[in-house]
Amino acid sequence: MRGARLVSRRLLGVVPVLAIVIVGTFFLLEASSGDAVDAYLVSTGGDRGLADQLRRDWGLDRSAWARLALFVSSLARFDLGWSVAFSRPVVEVVLERLPNTLLLMGTAIALAFGAGSILGIVAANRPGSAVDRALSLGSLAIYAIPGFWLGLVLIVVFAVQLRLLPSGGIETIASGKQGLERAGDIARHLVLPVAALGMVYLALYLRMMRAGMIETWRHDFVRAALARGLPRRQVVWRHIARNALLPLVTMLGLQAASMLGGSVVIESVFAVPGLGRLAHEAVAQRDTPLLLGVILVGAVVVIAANLAVDLLYAWLDPRVGAGPETAA
Amino acid sequence: MSALRRFAGSPDGVVGAGLLLSFAIVAVFAPVAYPEDPLSIVGGPLVRPFVDWSTPLGTDRLGRDLLAGLLHGARTSMLVGLFAALVAILLGAAVGVAAGLSGGWIDESLMRITEAFQTVPGFLLALAFISVVGPSLPMVVFAIALGAWTGPARVVRAEVLSIRERDFVAAARVIGMHPVEIAWREVLPHALPPVVSLASVIVAGAILTEAALSFLGLGDPNRVTWGGLIAEGRTVLRSAPYLSIVPGLALLSTVLAVHLTGEGIVAALAGRRSFQ
Repeated sequence: MRGARLVSRRLLGVVPVLAIVIVGTFFLLEASSGDAVDAYLVSTGGDRGLADQLRRDWGLDRSAWARLALFVSSLARFDLGWSVAFSRPVVEVVLERLPNTLLLMGTAIALAFGAGSILGIVAANRPGSAVDRALSLGSLAIYAIPGFWLGLVLIVVFAVQLRLLPSGGIETIASGKQGLERAGDIARHLVLPVAALGMVYLALYLRMMRAGMIETWRHDFVRAALARGLPRRQVVWRHIARNALLPLVTMLGLQAASMLGGSVVIESVFAVPGLGRLAHEAVAQRDTPLLLGVILVGAVVVIAANLAVDLLYAWLDPRVGAGPETAA
Repeated sequence: MSALRRFAGSPDGVVGAGLLLSFAIVAVFAPVAYPEDPLSIVGGPLVRPFVDWSTPLGTDRLGRDLLAGLLHGARTSMLVGLFAALVAILLGAAVGVAAGLSGGWIDESLMRITEAFQTVPGFLLALAFISVVGPSLPMVVFAIALGAWTGPARVVRAEVLSIRERDFVAAARVIGMHPVEIAWREVLPHALPPVVSLASVIVAGAILTEAALSFLGLGDPNRVTWGGLIAEGRTVLRSAPYLSIVPGLALLSTVLAVHLTGEGIVAALAGRRSFQ
């Protein structure tokens, strides 16, 4: 019930934001050279008469407002235009690539979140100890590593030198593997890109969790729990960690957009056929409708991720959305 | 003066600032040390590092000096990092002050626009912008700022909301100061300090974004960049990995230096806060 109210309120707030994104993409599309007819004629060929005819048919000879209306109405029908580079509808190409990116991002964020928060708890256990100093310094160094370069280093070490893992792709091509065997194959291909994409976030979560734990230790309820004779381990995990985790969950939503941006380079390095690499291909082949399709779908992914984070947050923190006017 | 002393008291800050300063010196004096075009061919292809002392770090597959590229690349990285952060902070501060001071529908719509920009991944936005307007240094700076101004905008707006209720703003209004003058002279100076602690994160992010853009071939084609060097080395990754690894190390240490400096600044500012 609380969740449903939260979701409906959030969805309402999403409408204007999405509208601005759509208008913004439209202007970028208008600012780039060439239009949908040029794009279509590249793959089919045709003379000037056909071009004019098509422009009339598609309504591209009308005013900017009419074209914007046209753009929005075709979006409502899930029509994102025609991709020159693939000679296919944009929406088809984008949806084909989306699952790979979601898998990559989901795995990276889950591992970074899990390992980062646990290491953060370990570091905060004894602030200033050798373990803490090593973890803090290490995380700061990792935080400064460019993801795409880390990817190249991982390829050199694990694929070229040690020959342990594949250097690119999402699965072995035409291996004919099925079921579990195929899942294992995909997992092997994902190890390096997930590490390259997630390492920065692991460092970030470690630092945040450490700071949050140290901060929460000072609260009275912690002292009260200890005074009641609860074992230290239980206080650390059930009382302190649960509270310190909340800002990390907020961060999870904020990171969705930056991680999607990061996947562009990572997917290019590891030749993962996902949304990010598609964006790079679209730029390289000057396929603006495709690029804007990726951006729009990316924005929707970010909005969905934030919605999921809001729900998770409400589940973790019973105070959220409990009262009538406690909008977070 | 005391803020400076607190900064000097933070070991992170001192190490970071020292590193940054030396990188800045390298960037400034690169054309003196290597007056020749770093894109020109000076030796045989793929000379290993520490073999030929005329090219201490070796050469790439076309015989271009890696050290010369590295030094000139420092210029691009630091220039873009600084200016992109500057543009982002100025843009963000302008939006934040406008939203916070005007309130009402202006505030509402500016904040929705900010949210829209946060919804679109900044890197994708930069890609799209550059692919439309073409890659040149000013455009790269602007493209990066386009994805980075939302943080400062939100922070400044939040500050302005509390500052505008203070007595000195009311006093300025009473003596008939123009609203723009109030925003510029009374509100903005008080809203900026929290942004300063955000600045190092923005600069570091801008340096990394520039590197990623040029790694994908979207940097200014007429300038040497670290990202471009890494991409160049990638084609011979299996036989000459040093060509990608060395510029990456330079990138890493610059970003690390920026982060360390930021920690020092935060420490210095935190001290000031507690004395107030």
